[in-house]
Amino acid sequence: MVKVTIDDIQIEVEEGTTILNAARQIGGDVVPPAMCFYSKLPGTGGKCRTCLVEVAAGSEKDPRPMPKLVASCSTPVMDGMVVKNKTSERVHENRGGIVEFLLINHPLDCPICDQAGECHLQDLGFEHGKSATRYKEKRRTFDPITIGNKIKLHMNRCILCYRCVAVANQLTDKRVHGVLHRGDHAEISTYIENAIENDFSGNMIDVCPVGALTDKTFRFKSRVWFLKPMEASCSCSKCSGKAVVWMFGNEIYRVTARKDKYGEVESNEDGKTAWICNECRFDKKDASKWSIEGPRTINRHSVISQNLYTSDRKITDKKLN
Amino acid sequence: MSRKILLEHDDVPGIETFDVYRKHGGYRSVEKALKTMSPQNVVEEVQKSGLRGRGGAGFPTGMKWSFLAKPEGVPRYLLCNADESEPGTFKDRYLMEKIPHRLIEGMIVSSYALGANTSYIYIRGEYMWILDILEKAIAEAYANGFLGKNILGSGFDLDLRVAPGGGAYICGEETALIESLEGKRGNPRLKPPFPAVKGLWGCPTVVNNVESIAAVVPIVNDGGDEYAKIGLGKSTGTKLISASGNLVRPGVYEIEMGITVEEFIYGDQYCRGIANNKKLKACIPGGSSVPILPAHLVTKTAEGTDRLMTYESLAEGGFASGSMLGSGGFIVFDEDQCIVRNTWTFARFYAHESCGQCSPCREGTGWMEKVLNRLEHGQGTLEDIDLLAEINKKIEGNTICPLGDAAAWPVAAAIRHFREEFEWHVTHPEESQKRNYGLVLPKSTLV
Repeated sequence: MVKVTIDDIQIEVEEGTTILNAARQIGGDVVPPAMCFYSKLPGTGGKCRTCLVEVAAGSEKDPRPMPKLVASCSTPVMDGMVVKNKTSERVHENRGGIVEFLLINHPLDCPICDQAGECHLQDLGFEHGKSATRYKEKRRTFDPITIGNKIKLHMNRCILCYRCVAVANQLTDKRVHGVLHRGDHAEISTYIENAIENDFSGNMIDVCPVGALTDKTFRFKSRVWFLKPMEASCSCSKCSGKAVVWMFGNEIYRVTARKDKYGEVESNEDGKTAWICNECRFDKKDASKWSIEGPRTINRHSVISQNLYTSDRKITDKKLN
Repeated sequence: MSRKILLEHDDVPGIETFDVYRKHGGYRSVEKALKTMSPQNVVEEVQKSGLRGRGGAGFPTGMKWSFLAKPEGVPRYLLCNADESEPGTFKDRYLMEKIPHRLIEGMIVSSYALGANTSYIYIRGEYMWILDILEKAIAEAYANGFLGKNILGSGFDLDLRVAPGGGAYICGEETALIESLEGKRGNPRLKPPFPAVKGLWGCPTVVNNVESIAAVVPIVNDGGDEYAKIGLGKSTGTKLISASGNLVRPGVYEIEMGITVEEFIYGDQYCRGIANNKKLKACIPGGSSVPILPAHLVTKTAEGTDRLMTYESLAEGGFASGSMLGSGGFIVFDEDQCIVRNTWTFARFYAHESCGQCSPCREGTGWMEKVLNRLEHGQGTLEDIDLLAEINKKIEGNTICPLGDAAAWPVAAAIRHFREEFEWHVTHPEESQKRNYGLVLPKSTLV
């Protein structure tokens, strides 16, 4: 066990824990935002640089500060390390810079984007963004493409977090999608727009922090905050069958995996990540196929929680309609 | 004095063949090391020599070697970084083209020192003809028993292969090079773990520049202490400098570190001054990634002492009034050159070569390129200059690999030293479009 201090809060964590995970153990606003790191997908992280933190003291043995800001998602803690996140002016300033970078080519089409309301980039922009852009140039654009018959890719909105590439690498058996080109013309694509036909490809939609990958069976159907998220399960031979169904009245509008407050898919009791299969996600839109367990709390910064729609509050049809 | 150690005998006809090279003392270091020295001895000699990495960062090679993890039963690898893509740098090309056996000899001795039984030379895709030269030389070395199984009866085996890349600048970054060599997309890895612990195929790996490896040959031949006597202070040995730009005699020069910059530019043995009787306006002493220096800071430091061709002297004054020796890509600008245009050219290069993995570099380099494009073409505003400086600050130090810094430094330095010229482009848009060159500086600022 090693001791680490994050924003003046001390915690003891296991050796090898990253700064970000140590901060998540403390919780609250000490936790740096993470756009590309996904704890359930090994190898992700380090790319978006929004989780940069200042290390004021490297360790007990060597208390010198680290000269550069470090990516908290990929830097392991040392005994006696002192980390500054929200208490560091430098972090605040640089994180603002990163958010500006992420937004210069982002279309900001939130009013027509299905991700709006549960978008991590919206949250990040709200917390660290500026009110106006200094970017006068034309934004880079791509045509939206269809990958598989159920997923739509809007490359314009993509922030190249590589999470979906990790899904393709780790959850599906035959990878046909990845990153093409480089620099600011890099894009997520499939080989000559090959369809992704795989039982677990739909999880790309769940891991996407922005609205780049969206569910074609749900596109433009409803704003997410008008729907009731309900925990539901079904017996499925391919996956755990544990999901969240998003309902309006008695109709299921969409199905997603159960995500925690960091937007990551939760683990089952057996410790495995509760990814859901495409059949559950795209085809089971009939409420009779699911046994509905009760309302789902949507945590953290989502506007969905602004509906005060939480499990400890009784829902009435009147309130929802 | 011009001193040839690495480029010794480069003027001998046929030196690229094994027989001629051997006749001129080639492969002596292999014999000496394998027959009379232990691997640890070789590492110690390199440590004593004070040799610093010639790829740009100037990290002591001996120290890098000593960091190599040596777990039992795990192979170790030596990789030679011949992905020389820095604009303004072409020294490795000359060395490999002229004396390929010098590199191969260095690879054998270095691999022996590190205990590597398979080594690779990773060469950039644009150097295809050098790939042929190296492969021919390697075949000759195999045929003469200097590569393969049981070299010179010492029991040391070494396989040496040349692997061409696709010509991406980013693959010169050591972890991107390893990724590319493994057949993946050339994206730099997150560090730690460093390659010395987990590199190629997850095994301990050392990546060295062509020139660093070639320099191991004289170090083993003459001893580390002898090598350390050449040069000045912590900048030991000789350095290959690729001089380009408005010089009377541009080219690759081997210099003893410690000569003055003035002698290098104006000396008869070296570049012989600025071409066409023009004056010096600015100089980039270490390849496109290092800060540009205005004329008055090229030959003298801010304190007024002579600027020398050493790691320390060129860096004197920090980023405010100094630069870096870098990879030795010495680019000289005469009074007619436009700094804005040049900065834009570099920015375009970095925007094109950014791998796109981390956001500050991917978006920042593209943004800088667009702003500089506007400024160069007379459509900029005065705020744009401050904006550039701001973007710079947000990229620098926030990226996975040093490409972000490399893209930010030249722009920051150009604005720091040549702000009037940027402003002139904004205030005189028409005039700046009519001429190909930038603001005419007062003669007093030129050398």
